[in-house]
Amino acid sequence: MRTVAEDGPPELALAAAGTAHAVAPVRIGPRGRHSGRVRLSGLMAALLALAGMCLLSFWVGANHLPFTVVWRVLWHDDGSSAALIVHDLRIPRTLLGLTVGAALGVAGALTQALTRNDLAEPGLLGVNIGASAAVVVGISAFGVTSPAGYVWFAFVGAGVTSVAVFVIGSAGRGAATPASLVVAGAAATALLGAFVNAALLLDTRTFDRVRFWDVGSLAAPGADALTATAPFIVVGILLAVSLARSLNALALGEEAARGLGVHLNRARASGALAVILLCGAATAAAGPITFVGLAVPHVARVIAGPDHRWVLPYSALLAAILLIGADLVGRVIIAPGELRVGIVTAFVGAPVFIALCRRARLARP
Amino acid sequence: MTGPVLDGLVPDGVVPDGVAPAGDPRRPSGRYRVRRFGDDAVSLRISPRAVMVSAGLGVVIVAAGIAALTTGDYPIPVGDVVRALLGHADGGTDFVVNSLRLPRLVTGLLVGAGLALSGSIFQSVSNNLLGSPDILGFTTGSATGALVVLLVLRGNAAQASLGAVVGGLLTGALVYGLSHRRGLAGPRLILIGIAVGALLTSVNSYLITRATLADAVAAQVWLIGSLNSRGWEHVWPLAVALVILVPVALYQGRRLAYLEMGRDTAQTLGVDVERSRVTLIAVGAALAATATAAAGPVGFVALTAPPLARWLTAAAAPPLVSTALAGAALVAVSDLAAQRLFAPVQLPVGVATGAVGGVYLAVLLLRQRRRA
Repeated sequence: MRTVAEDGPPELALAAAGTAHAVAPVRIGPRGRHSGRVRLSGLMAALLALAGMCLLSFWVGANHLPFTVVWRVLWHDDGSSAALIVHDLRIPRTLLGLTVGAALGVAGALTQALTRNDLAEPGLLGVNIGASAAVVVGISAFGVTSPAGYVWFAFVGAGVTSVAVFVIGSAGRGAATPASLVVAGAAATALLGAFVNAALLLDTRTFDRVRFWDVGSLAAPGADALTATAPFIVVGILLAVSLARSLNALALGEEAARGLGVHLNRARASGALAVILLCGAATAAAGPITFVGLAVPHVARVIAGPDHRWVLPYSALLAAILLIGADLVGRVIIAPGELRVGIVTAFVGAPVFIALCRRARLARP
Repeated sequence: MTGPVLDGLVPDGVVPDGVAPAGDPRRPSGRYRVRRFGDDAVSLRISPRAVMVSAGLGVVIVAAGIAALTTGDYPIPVGDVVRALLGHADGGTDFVVNSLRLPRLVTGLLVGAGLALSGSIFQSVSNNLLGSPDILGFTTGSATGALVVLLVLRGNAAQASLGAVVGGLLTGALVYGLSHRRGLAGPRLILIGIAVGALLTSVNSYLITRATLADAVAAQVWLIGSLNSRGWEHVWPLAVALVILVPVALYQGRRLAYLEMGRDTAQTLGVDVERSRVTLIAVGAALAATATAAAGPVGFVALTAPPLARWLTAAAAPPLVSTALAGAALVAVSDLAAQRLFAPVQLPVGVATGAVGGVYLAVLLLRQRRRA
């Protein structure tokens, strides 16, 4: 079924065959490059890289602050303008990047595992634009102005869109295929994009509000977006991690998963709930950001192997690094202006997607 | 038959009498009449049902045209409109009919026909009901071209249209080049088109965010497609382009039915698959680009008109003439609705066609649920 990247988990199949008597534990061979120690040290390295990226993000910006000053005010909020910049602007922005990135990475890994589709990504499947369309409705029709209000509209939008896209994408004979799901997502994206454009054309005031949020940005939202959405993201990530074993079993196919004692419908429903929580909250905080959840799980699988107990944390960390890094690039590349993070991630992610498609043996025409 | 990966979305069900049962489309069931001219040098296959459908669509277009020319802020009786069209009306009526309403109507009809033909070509070549140029990023590329001219090079409206044509053609070449690898796979064409489209969407968003609010509102039209204030200067380039492109599309379009059967079957039946695809994609991209240059990316016409025409005609091969008429009718009726329903607010036509697209996707959705 994994038609795209040929990184299917052969060890998993062996492990399943060998442990037919046991129900829960799907063990994965600890040999080779995916041994526990390698994975753990890789995780530590990723954490270090993330910390370094955060420091860079505190340091670099429109106001040139020396690193020593940033380091000092980071620990001692002395009320200076440097402290104000670091504590009120750069730290919330970086933490927002961290949570949104982690959410999108985990949501991507989860979507790819649930649909067993290497091209699946919530942004490509229209989930994020669904959330954002609902937020635009919230802003223009219900006068919602704060991220705490956005979040609920975003959940509804993400939920409705993901169900619709999945049903359209599974159209016809057989299950949803990699391409048909993505195409359904693109159609939903086009439709919702037209809707958002129409809503904005009729309402210039909303247009000016949404214009910046619409592309995906970490600059505008600030601290209240973080506090309003972070709890949902934490819950979503915990839910996803609790599903890791079921996802491992699901990778073997539905029959095998059922044989291993996985409640398929329950696992899928909780997985979908986690995706909706993660994407809805991330979109409410920073606007629709596409492609982050696509490439990151692939990299995570290369490092950590197919075990989702590792893939999910790796995806969270790597996606956070990617998003903070993309935000940094956007701040530096056209200084003193800023390139929004959603644009940078599209420029990073679309070529990866194209490379995946070119490598893949999709089907004979 | 149809490619294995996408057969979920290939005509099955949505298009009654789709490609599946067709053997050789030159020898279909008794629903066709063949007219031969000059010692069999030229022969035409005519389906009575397709003729009926085309006539019906023509009636819709004429009705929409009469409504568009007679109603509005300044109602004009049909007789006066006819007099104006013949050049015998007083100055005011002549201006409203011949300089405001008629060019708008004609632009809409031509845009609809061009987009619908382009959609039919791409849906057949990619073998996917959702594989139309607006989903594959071609119209987004045209918009990028126009926005670059408007916002970066500070060009005028005419130069923006030229930019739209260039942008659309470059996007087509890019998508084709990237997806061409040991032959062109339909799914790969679609996926890479979507990725390029997503990339260009963020380019467009970026161009909009760096503009002033007034410029951004003006440029927003390039994101949705509108027929507001179209004049004859929009009609002529488009008409000339269609006069060249439509015959090519109709001639090459005879191969679409073979291409839908899959590469191997088509090759066996004597079609040079790769060359036909290149030609068809070039023609389709050019049609979409010129249509977009005239009215902006009017969405979902290319997506919905071909299946609509095919459903109406129940044809085995893509019915290109009916498709073009269906596209023209769709845009004419949509523009009428967008102008009149929320008057005095003039919505861009892209909003109305977006609603049509929404209905179409919902129908797809319901059909799937019923079958599941």
